[in-house]
Amino acid sequence: MSDPMAVFDRSAVRRQRTRAAALLEPVRPVLHEAALRLLDRLDDTTRRFAQALDLGGRGVVAPLLRERGIATVSSDLSPRMAALNPPPAVAADEEYLPFAPGSFDLVVASLSLHWTNDLPGALIQLRRALRPGWLLLASLPALGTLDELRTALTEAEALLTGGAAPRVSPFADLRDCAGLLQRAGFALPVADVEELRLLYADPLALLRDLRAAGEANATLLRSRRFTGRALLPAALARLPEEQGRSRVTLRLAVLTGWADP
Amino acid sequence: MTTPAAPETAPPTVPVDPRLLEILVCPLTKGPLEYDRRRGELISRSAGLAYPVRDGIPIMLPEEARPLEE
Repeated sequence: MSDPMAVFDRSAVRRQRTRAAALLEPVRPVLHEAALRLLDRLDDTTRRFAQALDLGGRGVVAPLLRERGIATVSSDLSPRMAALNPPPAVAADEEYLPFAPGSFDLVVASLSLHWTNDLPGALIQLRRALRPGWLLLASLPALGTLDELRTALTEAEALLTGGAAPRVSPFADLRDCAGLLQRAGFALPVADVEELRLLYADPLALLRDLRAAGEANATLLRSRRFTGRALLPAALARLPEEQGRSRVTLRLAVLTGWADP
Repeated sequence: MTTPAAPETAPPTVPVDPRLLEILVCPLTKGPLEYDRRRGELISRSAGLAYPVRDGIPIMLPEEARPLEE
């Protein structure tokens, strides 16, 4: 990959989403809960939305928008994941969106913008796809997400090998998020946090779920070497416990912004 | 349970939802698209690419598109 600014391997992201399309069922409740918390924000406004873009909603978001009486177009980087949505759906790259200016009055990106290399560019394109004065609603994992896992992996790997490769994706800082929205041409940008705590009886199930959601590691600097057999058990044993189960926290940055006229 | 075989006259692809045709543009040039219903393709003259449609889902990914021969 020649782009020095690229952090993520986009073809890996796409492969993972395609693989995840067949595995999604066990993580559907988590995605559903995250989507509900995001769409709750629609109740904070008296606006009535008619035409929404569901970006990367993995078959979970579009039905919720329809329940609210909003006509919805779904989009996903993976054609197979796109097909999990009720039609109409398209396969598209968040970094090269195929929508005419002013196509939507609502864009919902539930946990789908965090694998883009060019988040500012994607936000600018989403703003253009919106009618001026209308709403972007996005959630992405914020700094602190999976911190328990990141710490456990780094400590275990340092102990075993004396070094550490990035194994958990870097996440955005909350203040950065609001600033990004503003620079992308969104008025009244707001970024706040929703926390989802997940407890796992079997910590290996956490890794299985991340894969099932299409959220396995796709950083370009990820170690391509076979992960040592000792690493995962050593790391998972270091996760903090709550009620006898391993705890990880999803911190969702919830972003709202109104497309500048 | 048995599923009836698809009729032999079935069109090669599910047509694109008309609502999509109204809003889709070429992801590279943002130029207009022509819908070739028979081939199941969305054609961007400005990019020289034909984007495939599979099961009614436009695949708007340049790496999946067919270069147009001039």
